[in-house]
Amino acid sequence: MRTIKPGMCVVTALAVAALAAGALASQGAPAADAGVQIDQYAFLPQRITVKPGTTVTWTNDDDAPHTIASSAKVFKSRPLDTGDKFSFTFTTPGTYAYFCSVHPQMTGTVTVEPASGAGAGP
Amino acid sequence: MTSDHDEARGVSRRKILECMTWAGTGVLWTVAGGVPRSTGIIAEATAAEPAGLTFLQISDSHVGFDKPANPNALGTLEEAVNKIKALPVKPAFIIHTGDITHLSKPSEFDDADRIISQARFDVHYVPGEHDVLDEDVKLYRDRYGRGTKGAGWYSFDANGVHFIGLVNVVDLKAGGLGNLGNEQLEWLEGDLKGRAASTPIVVFAHIPLWSVYPAWGWGTEDAARALGYLKRFGSVTVLNGHIHQIMQKVEGNVTFHTALSTAFPQPAPGTAPSPGPLKVADDKLRSVLGITDVTFKRGQQRLAIIDKPLQG
Repeated sequence: MRTIKPGMCVVTALAVAALAAGALASQGAPAADAGVQIDQYAFLPQRITVKPGTTVTWTNDDDAPHTIASSAKVFKSRPLDTGDKFSFTFTTPGTYAYFCSVHPQMTGTVTVEPASGAGAGP
Repeated sequence: MTSDHDEARGVSRRKILECMTWAGTGVLWTVAGGVPRSTGIIAEATAAEPAGLTFLQISDSHVGFDKPANPNALGTLEEAVNKIKALPVKPAFIIHTGDITHLSKPSEFDDADRIISQARFDVHYVPGEHDVLDEDVKLYRDRYGRGTKGAGWYSFDANGVHFIGLVNVVDLKAGGLGNLGNEQLEWLEGDLKGRAASTPIVVFAHIPLWSVYPAWGWGTEDAARALGYLKRFGSVTVLNGHIHQIMQKVEGNVTFHTALSTAFPQPAPGTAPSPGPLKVADDKLRSVLGITDVTFKRGQQRLAIIDKPLQG
């Protein structure tokens, strides 16, 4: 069972807020970027939903190296040392599961919404 | 530590083991007639008569690591090597249970080689996940892969003991633990076939082959199959690294033991939100880093395993 520290909650809330702001800003415009923080062997937030065309950037804030590897081998980062970043632009709607290939207990998903107006899922 | 009566001794022994976990001694392994034995305190091993076979385990050097938990991991590796050079009983060889480097960089492998070779012993390696960060595991295999199969597994014999180095850090699956894979398991089955059940076996791999704490990835998905092949042997010792702390478990004829790191400690399972480098007070660091000394003696069932901290 994972203990959630107050600091982590704040970070998550900020990330969610950033996403919400991004979503607002992106109405009718190119998708805004989104960020995922890697902290304490976890992806924060673990699940994000973005619009097609969004570039997601992962930042490693841990003292250990991590990777971002798509389970379906759609994308894979080089090993990220502390402070390193990896970005991937999601254009096709769908749910992308990923994990850290060094510490496979670390998992996350990026869900790309259908293009605006469409209601059906992928 | 002294004790006046049996009851006190029982408590003290427990206490010693408890202290060992946190004091971070090295591990001296003695293979004695088949089954590994932990003598617990260094003095006992030093006093012991010359043993059949003594070897040394070092682990998790993380050369290149320079974060607050230990800004100079190369320096503490050198201290460990100096400790090995000063041992009164010279080991026959060293095994390194992986995470030689922190980021699989050529310069990190070079630095590790430069320091470890100063001990002037043969070193048998298995990789940790930090040593195989390049996609095709080329950097590790170019240096240590000669005579090995797959990602670097192999076996050898010394003084009647059969040693098996396994790789459980490649091709890891999402949400999973360490992984040996079918090809390596088939090789293991064949490697053990035809060997007398009385042959003492020492298995070494990076990630523990028992479920230490799966939530942190501290276990190996398909270890049960490997242990199944080892079941008929009278003495099996499994040496691992990865968790940077000493833990021991005995299950039937199998003794599991994990070693200290020479670079930095990690939290005990469940005592922190996640695994990872643990910052301790500067003057405490060397008491939670160390090496492991193992001795095998013919006619005795267990190996003597002695953990030796860099300091304390």
